[in-house]
Amino acid sequence: MSGEPILRFEEVSKIYPLPAGDLVALDRVSLTVDPGEFIAVMGPSGSGKSTLLNLMGCLDVPTRGEIFLSGQEISGMSDDDLTRLRRDRIGFVFQQFNLIPLLSAVENVEFPLLLTTGREESRRRAIEVLTAVGIAETHFAHKPAELSGGQQQRVAIARALVNDPDLLLCDEPTGNLDSKTGSAIMEILAAENREGKTVVMVTHDPGVAAYARRTIRIVDGRVA
Amino acid sequence: MFFSFATRNLRRHWIRSTLSIIGIVIGVVAIASLGVMGNSINLLAANIITDVGDTVVVTPHTAIGGTFAGDPRTVVDATIPAREVEEIRRAANPHRTIPVLQGADKVEFGRGESGYAQIIGLEPGDIPVLLNLAEGQHLRQNQAGALVGIHLAREYGIAPGSRIAIGGEDVRVAGVLAERGMGFDINPDYAIVVSDGWYESHFGAKDSYPMVIVRVGDVEQIDAVKDAIEIRINRREDLVDVSDSREMLGQYEEIYDQITAFLLGIGGIALVVAAVNILNVMYISVTERIREIGVMRSIGVLRGEILRMFLYEAMILGVIGSVVGGILSTAFGYLISVAAIEVATTGTTFGENFTVFDQSAVGFIIFGMAFGIGTSIAAGFYPAWRASNLAPVDAMRQK
Repeated sequence: MSGEPILRFEEVSKIYPLPAGDLVALDRVSLTVDPGEFIAVMGPSGSGKSTLLNLMGCLDVPTRGEIFLSGQEISGMSDDDLTRLRRDRIGFVFQQFNLIPLLSAVENVEFPLLLTTGREESRRRAIEVLTAVGIAETHFAHKPAELSGGQQQRVAIARALVNDPDLLLCDEPTGNLDSKTGSAIMEILAAENREGKTVVMVTHDPGVAAYARRTIRIVDGRVA
Repeated sequence: MFFSFATRNLRRHWIRSTLSIIGIVIGVVAIASLGVMGNSINLLAANIITDVGDTVVVTPHTAIGGTFAGDPRTVVDATIPAREVEEIRRAANPHRTIPVLQGADKVEFGRGESGYAQIIGLEPGDIPVLLNLAEGQHLRQNQAGALVGIHLAREYGIAPGSRIAIGGEDVRVAGVLAERGMGFDINPDYAIVVSDGWYESHFGAKDSYPMVIVRVGDVEQIDAVKDAIEIRINRREDLVDVSDSREMLGQYEEIYDQITAFLLGIGGIALVVAAVNILNVMYISVTERIREIGVMRSIGVLRGEILRMFLYEAMILGVIGSVVGGILSTAFGYLISVAAIEVATTGTTFGENFTVFDQSAVGFIIFGMAFGIGTSIAAGFYPAWRASNLAPVDAMRQK
């Protein structure tokens, strides 16, 4: 499977039926993402970037066309199968961090792993990843509200990486951070990519996109 | 993991959780203690009502039938003439037929105390068949004398050998009757029993009886005896109503069962209100955490796991509420029942040795608790289902 792309879109359309008429969010998009790539997806607001990322992350299914994740077609999969794919093979990093407020930093990171792995192993791995993204041990027990934005995003990245996913999907990962903190976050993502992780990132910011080795531009739901 | 998640979340909103639990506690206490109370009333009634079981009671036919002894529709000043009594005796043969004379007169108990009391006239030979003595002796044939009901005797300090005056006529008390409880035939506990001969000469009444009792030795033959009387007396027109104590006891039980059901219904309403509260709280919880649910779904939590997490929350509320409610209702049920029994049995001995917590009382408490847990989970189901069916993308878009 080494020559196979991680992601392959074939004529993928996503159409939202609205009372005022159908909204075509993605229009017959075909693309591939190869293992080890670092891709920036850019485009104006409402161009379909987030829809593309949701489809890549198996959070949504296409209206038409086919999506292959490592050669496996996902359109016909059940909700539970898609959920297991997300759990085992995809990591998400969001603009809003989206940590679970009830859980401490280390609990947030071990959470996805606890769904499949034992408590001790999960905790060990969570600490390892948290340390790797630069969170000090003194912050492990802190709740998200007690952490700075940059620290929260580091925790979120650790959570995305804890399952050792094939694909790391980031939706404006620096959108809520100042430029210095944003750069630090981008350094972490770039380092992960250098170690072989495939990263796809949606961004507005050309400076952030510069970290990527390839840029996909989306305009009006099409790859420009 | 999802269980600890549920407990953490309940702790996060502990005021809300506590209020929901209080709602369940009230519901469970209401349903269980009212059930226990209903049950106690039932048990007490069974204690008070003498279940003779083998008695057929014949009364003059009333225009409108009654449903229970003492039904105001059947309390009419009518009697069965002596020739009909003889017909009944023949129809009921070989079972013992006991004509009953009943009236009231002013009774002087000595020490200037007096008041009207019920006077029951019976053939002296029939008295030992129907009634037991607490002390003294039964009446002998052709001898003036009276037997006094136990509560009347206690009230006025009457003992065998005392003298009382019935309607101005002096009578010696031969004995005091044992407590009998509420019967479907006669109620001698507050009455004075005299011989039929004395009764007839005193009241000038002759050949007319408000009631005829047939003592059927064998319960199996009750229906046959009733049919025989019906056929013989009511052949051309309905002259008498024939009923048996089992039937009337059944009617009583039905009434008490209805009381219990009614009380349970009130308790049930309280619990439904509590369940609506849980539904509301869970619904708010789901709405508040919609984004969190979306995040959890996106990082790999299955629908079933989300459903379980919210059901755990409802279940925890229900279990805590029901256990606390169960403990409280054991106490409340006991207190209410003791109070009710005391009111119902003042001046009698029926409340003595009476146990509130028999098997079915405990059953009501367990039922109340199970119902509390059940309704809590049921109330949590819709919000939980709604949470689990959110599309992760839509859920995360919520602010």
